[in-house]
Amino acid sequence: MGARDSTGLVAYVNARLIDPAAGLDARGAVLTNGETIADVGPGLFQGGVPSGMEVVDCRGLCLAPGLVDMRVQLREPGEEHKETLKSAGEAAVAGGVTSMVCLPNTTPVIDDVATVEFVARRARKIGLAKVYPYAAATKQVEGKELSEMGMLAEAGALAFTDGVKAIRNAQLMRRALSYAATFGLLIVQHPEEPSLAEGGMMGEGELATRMGLSGIPAAAEAIMLERDMRLVAITGGRYHAAHVSTAEGIEVIRKAKARGLPVTCDTAPPYFALNELAVGDYRTFAKLSPPLRAEADRQAVVAGLKDGTIDAVASDHAPQDQDSKRVPFAAAEFGGVGLETLLAITLELAHNGHLGLAEALRLVTSAPAGILGLAAGRLKVGAAADLVLFDPARGWTVDAKKFRSKSKNSPFDDRPVQGMVIRTVIDGRTVYLADA
Amino acid sequence: MTDARFPHRHLLGIQALGPSEITTLLDLAEGYVEQNRSNDKRKNLLRGRTVINLFFENSTRTRTSFELAGKRLGADVINMQSAGSSVQKGETLIDTAMTLNAMHLDVLVVRHPDSGAVKLLSEKVNCAVINGGDGSHEHPTQALLDALTIRRRKGKLSGLTVAICGDVLHSRVARSNIYLLNAMGASVRLIGPRTLLPSEVGRLGVEVFHDMRKGLDGVDVIMMLRIQNERMRGNFIPSIREYFHFFGLDREKLALAKPDAVIMHPGPMNRGVEIDSDVADDVERSLIREQVEMGVAVRMACLDLLTRGLPCSASDLPPSQGGV
Repeated sequence: MGARDSTGLVAYVNARLIDPAAGLDARGAVLTNGETIADVGPGLFQGGVPSGMEVVDCRGLCLAPGLVDMRVQLREPGEEHKETLKSAGEAAVAGGVTSMVCLPNTTPVIDDVATVEFVARRARKIGLAKVYPYAAATKQVEGKELSEMGMLAEAGALAFTDGVKAIRNAQLMRRALSYAATFGLLIVQHPEEPSLAEGGMMGEGELATRMGLSGIPAAAEAIMLERDMRLVAITGGRYHAAHVSTAEGIEVIRKAKARGLPVTCDTAPPYFALNELAVGDYRTFAKLSPPLRAEADRQAVVAGLKDGTIDAVASDHAPQDQDSKRVPFAAAEFGGVGLETLLAITLELAHNGHLGLAEALRLVTSAPAGILGLAAGRLKVGAAADLVLFDPARGWTVDAKKFRSKSKNSPFDDRPVQGMVIRTVIDGRTVYLADA
Repeated sequence: MTDARFPHRHLLGIQALGPSEITTLLDLAEGYVEQNRSNDKRKNLLRGRTVINLFFENSTRTRTSFELAGKRLGADVINMQSAGSSVQKGETLIDTAMTLNAMHLDVLVVRHPDSGAVKLLSEKVNCAVINGGDGSHEHPTQALLDALTIRRRKGKLSGLTVAICGDVLHSRVARSNIYLLNAMGASVRLIGPRTLLPSEVGRLGVEVFHDMRKGLDGVDVIMMLRIQNERMRGNFIPSIREYFHFFGLDREKLALAKPDAVIMHPGPMNRGVEIDSDVADDVERSLIREQVEMGVAVRMACLDLLTRGLPCSASDLPPSQGGV
C-alpha cells in the first residue's frame, strides 16, 4: 500500500474489463498516463506491453471504474470522534470507492461557500477518495429559508439536500425545487413524513409490536414522495429521492417516471440485503433511517433495482461511535457505516442472479455519476484514472473491528460476503492494495 | 360624452387599451412635457375640478406626481393618505365610495394594496377613477410613462426588445408594461429566478429567461424591478448577495445588451441589490430621471382625457358598471 509516483505510464493487463456505461465486459487492458486513462480496450497490448511502462498484472480479475458513492456522512467538521475526512477516505478506498458525495449535516452545516471550499480543499490534501459536497437546501438545514444555491453550486456543491432531515414544509419544498430549477440544480430529499416518523425507532408492524418499540409506518415514505411528485410536476425541478425502502414508495417513483417527471432515486445495501428481522434482539447497529422494513418491502427494492425504477445504490455511510450505539434501542442513534461493504453487498445482486455483474456495478459507478453530473464512473480515454480491481468470487467475512472507518457500526458485521477489493487507483495513484 | 379617441370613463389598467388609445395618451403627454419645461407650467383646463389622491399604501413619488399633474392643470387636488387603519377592505371600501360621492369630486386617483380594489371602488363612485397601482395587478400610469420615456429616446416602441428583470411575481409595474409593450409591438423578455416569476407567465406573450446573461443578450431596453426586502430572507431568494450576483444589473451584465441599450427603474431603487449604482447613475444609459419627468406629463394627459367626458357636475352621472 502507499501512494506511487503519479507520473508515467502504467499498464493494467490481463484484466476482465467492466465498464457498465459502455456495456463492456471483456478481457483487456487499461493504460494510464499520469492522472488519466490513456487507452482502454479488449485489444490493447495484445502484442505485448512496450518497455518503459510499469505493468500491473490483473490476473484475470475485474477492473472497473472506481465506485461513486452518492450518499455518505463524513462527520468532519464537527464530529471528528466519529469519523474524519481522512478515516472516511481510507475506508472509501478500502471499499473501492474513489468518489464520494457527502451530506451537509456537519458542524458547521455545509450551507455557505467557505464550508464547501473547506471540505473540498481538505479532501484534496488527504488525497484519498475524492469528496464532493452536497450543500444544504435550507440554511442550517432548519427547513425555513432557502440556501444560496446558485453561489454554492458555483463553489462546487453538487446538489442540495437537508441530509437526514426531510424538507417538510410543502411551500418551502416548492420554492426549493423552483429556485434550484432556475440554475438547473438537483434537490435530494430524505423521503419521510417527519410527523409520522417522530418517535419511531423501527419499521411499524408485528415485530415492532412484539418488541414493544414504536414504529414508523411505511406510508411515511409514500406520503412524502406523493407530495413531492406533485411539487415536481408544478415546478419542473429535478428531484432525487434518497434511500427508498418501501414497496409503496417505489411504486410512487415508478409512476412518476412513467409520467415523465424528472425524478431519480437510490437505495442502500441494507434495504435489499436485510429486513426488519436484523433489529431483533434490539441490535442497535441495525437501527437505520429509514428503518429496515418487512421482507415484502425488501423484495420490492430488489424488483425496483431490476426494473430500473431505482437508479443507483449508495452506501448511506453513517458513522456512529460506541456511545451512540451501545445504549438501549430507543436511545441509540440511527445509521450504519457502509463504505467498506458497498461493493460486496451490491455484488450480492449479481451473485443471487437478480442482475448481471455489469448491471450491478452500474448502480455504484456511472449511474450515480450521471444523476449528479459527475465526470466519473467510466473507463473512458481522457477520464481520470480512478479504478478498482476486485475479485468478484473471493469470499470473506465482514469484521467491523477491521474497518478503516473510525466507527464500527455496521449492520453487516459477521456476514459472509463474496467480492473483494484488491487494488484501488485514484488519479493514476494506487491508494489501496489488499493484503496478499 | 367621452373623447372618441379615448372612450373610457376610468383608467383602471392597460390590459383593455388598444394601441390607438395608448398612442393618443402618449401623444397628448408629449405636449405636456413641453409645457412642463416652459416657464408657464400652469393651465386652467381643469379649473373648478376636484381631484382626490386616495392612497391606501405609502407612496411619495406617485402621489406627488399626480398632485403636481392636477395642480398644473388648475384642479383642486386633495391628498388622502390612509394608514390602512381607518379605511379597511370590503364593505368599508364601499362606505368610502359613498363618502366620496357626497364630496362631488371629479377624478379619484387610487392606490390600494389589494388587486381589484380600485375596480371595486370605480363601480361605486360617480367620478372618473385612475388606478395608481392595485396590488400585483396593474399600474397603468407607470407603464405609460415608461412607454413615453422609451419612445422619446428610441423614437418608437414597435420592434424593440425590452427585458423586465426581477420580482415579476409581485409586480404590477411588470404586468402593465407587458400588456402595453405587447400592444405596441415590442417584444418582452422576463428575467428572474423561478421563485419570482408567476405561474404560466409565458402565456402572457413573453419570453422567459432564468439566466440574466442570456436574457439581456441584444436587448434595447432593460427595466429593473424593485425587490422588497422581506422577500430576500430565504422565502423567495436566499440572500441579497446571491440575488445581486445572479440578477443584479451591473456593468458586466449590461455589456451583453445592445451598445445603446437603456436602463429603467420604477423607483425607489435598492442600490446594490437589483442595480449597481455605477449603472444606475450612468447618464448615457440610465433613463431613471427621465421616467420621473415623464410621469407628471403622462398623468396630466390622463387627467385631461378623462375629464373631457365629464359633465359640468360629475355627480349627475350614475355609477358606471364597467371601466377599463
